[in-house]
Amino acid sequence: MIGGLFIYNHKGEVLISRVYRDDIGRNAVDAFRVNVIHARQQVRSPVTNIARTSFFHVKRSNIWLAAVTKQNVNAAMVFEFLYKMCDVMTAYFGKISEENIKNNFVLIYELLDEILDFGYPQNSETGALKTFITQQGIKSQTKEEQSQITSQVTGQIGWRREGIKYRRNELFLDVLESVNLLMSPQGQVLSAHVSGRVVMKSYLSGMPECKFGMNDKIVIEKQGKGTADETGKSGKQSIAIDDCTFHQCVRLSKFDSERSISFIPPDGEFELMRYRTTKDIILPFRVIPLVREVGRTKLEVKVVIKSNFKPSLLAQKIEVRIPTPLNTSGVQVICMKGKAKYKASENAIVWKIKRMAGMKESQISAEIELLPTNDKKKWARPPISMNFEVPFAPSGLKVQSRVDVRGTHPMPWREEDEKGTGAADTVSSPSGWSESCTEKPGGDIGRCHLGRQDDRRGWPGGHEHT
Amino acid sequence: MTDSKYFTTTKKGEIFELKAELNSDKKEKKKEAVKKVIASMTVGKDVSALFPDVVNCMQTDNLELKKLVYLYLMNYAKSQPDMAIMAVNTFVKDCEDPNPLIRALAVRTMGCIRVDKITEYLCEPLRKCLKDEDPYVRKTAAVCVAKLHDINAQLVEDQGFLDTLKDLISDSNPMVVANAVAALSEIAESHPSSNLLDLNPQSINKLLTALNECTEWGQIFILDCLANYMPKDDREAQSICERVTPRLSHANSAVVLSAVKVLMKFMEMLSKDLDYYGTLLKKLAPPLVTLLSAEPELQYVALRNINLIVQKRPEILKHEMKVFFVKYNDPIYVKLEKLDIMIRLASQANIAQVLAELKEYATEVDVDFVRKAVRAIGRCAIKVEQSAERCVSTLLDLIQTKVNYVVQEAIVVIKDIFRKYPNKYESVIATLCENLDSLDEPEARAAMIWIVGEYAERIDNADELLESFLEGFHDESTQVQLQLLTAIVKLFLKKPTETQELVQQVLSLATQDSDNPDLRDRGYIYWRLLSTDPVAAKEVVLAEKPLISEETDLIEPTLLDELICYIGTLASVYHKPPSAFVEGSRGVLHKGLPPRTGSIEGPESPDTAPSGEPAADQPSVIPTQGDLLGDLLNLDLGPPVTGPPMATSTVPMGAVDLLGGGLDSLVRPSSRLRSDVGGSPAIGGSGSFTAAPSSTAPTNVGAPLGSGLGDLFDLTAGVGTLSGSYVAPKTVWLPAMKAKGLEISGTFSRQVGSISMDLVLTNKALQVMSDFAIQFNRNSFGLAPAAPLQVHAPLAPNQSVEISLPLNTVGSVMKMDPLNNLQVAVKNNIDVFYFSTLYPLHILFVEDGKMERQMFLATWKDIPNENETQFQIKDCSLNADAVSSKLQGSNIFTIAKRNVEGQDMLYQSLKLTNGIWVLAELRIQPSNPSFMLSLKCRAPEVSQYIYQAYETILKN
Repeated sequence: MIGGLFIYNHKGEVLISRVYRDDIGRNAVDAFRVNVIHARQQVRSPVTNIARTSFFHVKRSNIWLAAVTKQNVNAAMVFEFLYKMCDVMTAYFGKISEENIKNNFVLIYELLDEILDFGYPQNSETGALKTFITQQGIKSQTKEEQSQITSQVTGQIGWRREGIKYRRNELFLDVLESVNLLMSPQGQVLSAHVSGRVVMKSYLSGMPECKFGMNDKIVIEKQGKGTADETGKSGKQSIAIDDCTFHQCVRLSKFDSERSISFIPPDGEFELMRYRTTKDIILPFRVIPLVREVGRTKLEVKVVIKSNFKPSLLAQKIEVRIPTPLNTSGVQVICMKGKAKYKASENAIVWKIKRMAGMKESQISAEIELLPTNDKKKWARPPISMNFEVPFAPSGLKVQSRVDVRGTHPMPWREEDEKGTGAADTVSSPSGWSESCTEKPGGDIGRCHLGRQDDRRGWPGGHEHT
Repeated sequence: MTDSKYFTTTKKGEIFELKAELNSDKKEKKKEAVKKVIASMTVGKDVSALFPDVVNCMQTDNLELKKLVYLYLMNYAKSQPDMAIMAVNTFVKDCEDPNPLIRALAVRTMGCIRVDKITEYLCEPLRKCLKDEDPYVRKTAAVCVAKLHDINAQLVEDQGFLDTLKDLISDSNPMVVANAVAALSEIAESHPSSNLLDLNPQSINKLLTALNECTEWGQIFILDCLANYMPKDDREAQSICERVTPRLSHANSAVVLSAVKVLMKFMEMLSKDLDYYGTLLKKLAPPLVTLLSAEPELQYVALRNINLIVQKRPEILKHEMKVFFVKYNDPIYVKLEKLDIMIRLASQANIAQVLAELKEYATEVDVDFVRKAVRAIGRCAIKVEQSAERCVSTLLDLIQTKVNYVVQEAIVVIKDIFRKYPNKYESVIATLCENLDSLDEPEARAAMIWIVGEYAERIDNADELLESFLEGFHDESTQVQLQLLTAIVKLFLKKPTETQELVQQVLSLATQDSDNPDLRDRGYIYWRLLSTDPVAAKEVVLAEKPLISEETDLIEPTLLDELICYIGTLASVYHKPPSAFVEGSRGVLHKGLPPRTGSIEGPESPDTAPSGEPAADQPSVIPTQGDLLGDLLNLDLGPPVTGPPMATSTVPMGAVDLLGGGLDSLVRPSSRLRSDVGGSPAIGGSGSFTAAPSSTAPTNVGAPLGSGLGDLFDLTAGVGTLSGSYVAPKTVWLPAMKAKGLEISGTFSRQVGSISMDLVLTNKALQVMSDFAIQFNRNSFGLAPAAPLQVHAPLAPNQSVEISLPLNTVGSVMKMDPLNNLQVAVKNNIDVFYFSTLYPLHILFVEDGKMERQMFLATWKDIPNENETQFQIKDCSLNADAVSSKLQGSNIFTIAKRNVEGQDMLYQSLKLTNGIWVLAELRIQPSNPSFMLSLKCRAPEVSQYIYQAYETILKN
């Protein structure tokens, strides 16, 4: 099991050091600093073995978190724990920074004592932790309160405390989809998949029993043939989900047997599920880049985006990010729509369009001046990326939720129906590019948005600079 | 409030100031002071001097302050055991506190204080807490048992905590169950033999129920524990699988991987004809793919595991090639792992896509990644025959890019392609030759030279090319020198007329001017071959080479099976068994996949078929590879890191991160096939050549070396054994193929009171071996080397050396099974190798093993009858006197002889090195070749081995 946990700043100074096992000595702290933080080479692996001690590390901004062990621990668990640790710290004091860690080191030690016992992770749900680990020292709890805390921490619903009350019960669902698209330089789609997340914000009283539904093909087929016919008529009524994973509040055995998603949600924001689909993905945009090299110190770039959905729908907050070479000295941009700016600090041209209807086209052209360099290192040609919000989901996912609140405020089976939407992007032609999008339809109860990113190929090949 | 100020004090007199503040009357001030102390502790300052003052702050109602003091205690109690005792009362009191949070805090902290005296006081509170009404206290107490066991295992057993812990598995609270399972698993791991985690269908059922209810971490503990269970039949295995599969949808990747582990393991027991088997296979793929959208560090763990899973069951992911395509923003460690898996999944069906991707990768920025991509193209060519041509043309395209490292890497893999498909692609040689000048890495140069030598007859200017290399012969690395030597000899044999001068030049360079014994020896061999029998030389040097096989980097099947049992853990990340990186007894237990019940597995997975079976004359004990690695790694590493031990190294992966380096070689595309490019395989393989020991230096250069050499070999032949107890003939303990060319055979002997291990080390590799060292694992009788392994000169290829290693019996003792099993590790400059062997027990019979007659009678009566064991020694034609004297030679002493009803009864005694007496009664009937042997001993488990010793002695 985890033998010790260290937090370092970017210089390698220890901010937090908590040792759980006798086999981890003080020298382990130095070993990691010397061999990993101060190593001249880029980190080649998140797991390092130094003199038979294994170090797992993750980095958050400038901060290194390292878990140390001499045993054959469950490596996946250690990383999951480190992420969880970051979540907990963020929930307590915000961004993980040297300043915040130093300011809260007593709290962090207290947390570490609670969520890791002898190297075994214990309940680490912030909802539960916040009931008894506070920054105000101990409140004099009554006996009832105490036993309520302990039963919650160890209970089956460790992520939610009893007795939550809201005057208005609200539930928000965001569907965030990220379309990953890979295209060949000839414009052929090599692979495309949507990885989506359903993020829920619940402000519900008591212990609400929730049910979540989606237009999952398997469920719809189960419900009878009638729906299946509809599917044929109106296109994408149901979608085939390749795989999904759920927050620990979801009853997995029930999902396995009935494919129904039922749960008692934690209070506040959490990620209910993640899913992945590969079939019938609607790509809301096509991006067509053209790059011409004019001599050794000049590049001409033209990017066309085409919206690829019904003209009645509207995409919003479109942002296209076109990476520029590191030796760029100046950029002149002309665009027909929206605003474009060269951001030297980000090495990119950022083009923003407020809204764009379906089946439209827009373009930007830029002249990039380059400084002559002798740098032999090639520019990695990062992909073009795109963010936007559209009122539909590229995967075709639609969601539905149902809440049954037990307890003080009965509001049985209130139904919230919401249309999920999402957007995606596409890349086309000579080379692959990528973009990402976020979409958000209005409405206060249901919101969906979609993000997308990536496709790794950037600038068209043959574009070389020295 | 900002606590960061506590980090900034660096004044000199601060300890005194803190002392004053700690003793202040004001609560706030006290708390501030303790915070300062903790901050100093964190940054590594020694604040142990404040111990009494800090402990004084313990009696407080302020929980935050109390926790800080506890934290301090955990850190320093060990250094101040006497003072720590001051804290005991507070702990005991806190364990009775009405607030369960405080009770739990007290028991949790107390377990972390590793001071014997405190531990004694812990027992009573712990017992109460294990039965506490509050589950929070119980779950904390459960872990505390594991802590206590780590400090004092005996105490935990004596106090009966283990039984209480077992009861907690049936607790009503899932988290208590999970922690109890975790604690029990850990304790069981350090006692492999104990039946602590007595899993049976009922307890499994309880665990499966708790699985649905406990936290994500608890699920991991339970799944990891389930994976150790062995279902009694396939039906039980299936029903467990059915209840575990829902976990595959958990958001926590560790839960998913642990579930995969259980399924992969139990799947072994399911019949492949079963519908369920197919369903299960289908269910496994999506979650594995989903793991690839996790955070990069987890992706890395997942990919290392997928690498194993793909080797074990390629069918699971065979259609998922695309998900392993590298993304632009993947960290380098993810990219490299993905590449590896792409190659494992490459098949005729998807090769076009794979190649297109690899070609793309070869133009990326990261040098390591590009190199690996180029190598991958070569591996595709070797793996998928139909694609070889495309691969070659892709490689040629890449060579045209003239990017230096791409060209070199391409040449190395093209050489491998030639070795798989000889005489097929030599048209490309011209292109390769164009790039001769840009090659600056030894490996690429060696590969190029190999190609030139191999195809010398078709390259018009082969002699010029090789001659150009020869100019800087002494500046080349050994690898290149060896290759050049071989290539020129090949050239000479193919075109003898024009190249005589060249070959003479290289032979004299290699034999006269080189300090490298390896090179010299090879030079002499060629020289002698060429001068005595050119026809034979041709047969040897130009012999047809065996084709290289496609998968040289597959993990050895037994190791793979073991690693499958460790899915999700560090072992699966390192691709090494836990014993390779875990100290002490933990993890020594070997895990294996359950045998398949139901239908017999056909040759369904040829991909994973073992490439070579170990030789049959191995000892029957399964060599528990790696048990010793622990101890032996220390040989290499010295004490655990203190300060910056290897920071100066220029090859960070190799030197600093020993295991990491090892991993590299595991995943390196074709390390094996490259390592033997050094010489023509025919030479490496033929045992008839024995190189001259390097001491016969260049004095008789040029003269045929025949006569002098022969004599030298005799030295190594029979160093006769002096009279003493029976010595068995030497057997091969470590075959060369298992130890990178090092063969070890040996036996044990005992002469006048001293035990020795007689070894013959033979170097069957092509490279000089040196820096030998030997180490034994702990064993039943504490056998240990009494002196270091002395090999005076480096061991040249095909040389043998005979060594008698004196042993003593003062090493550390651990009971082995079988009792006389000895695990040995031998290290040389190449690697560390492990084998185990059985030693005959009679080497442990001491000279003063003769018991007084009276004593014998008394002892015989005194030992209870159930300790008596009887054996039959068959087919022995000796008479009583002969038996008696023969046994005496091996220190089995006859105390009395009686004749009862025509039978001879011999009463004998012997004593083992560890003081165990064994009494024997041997009944011999004159006409019957079968003797009856009755053995009485207070440690009856040795009897079996004593009997074996009798058999051995009498029959030889």
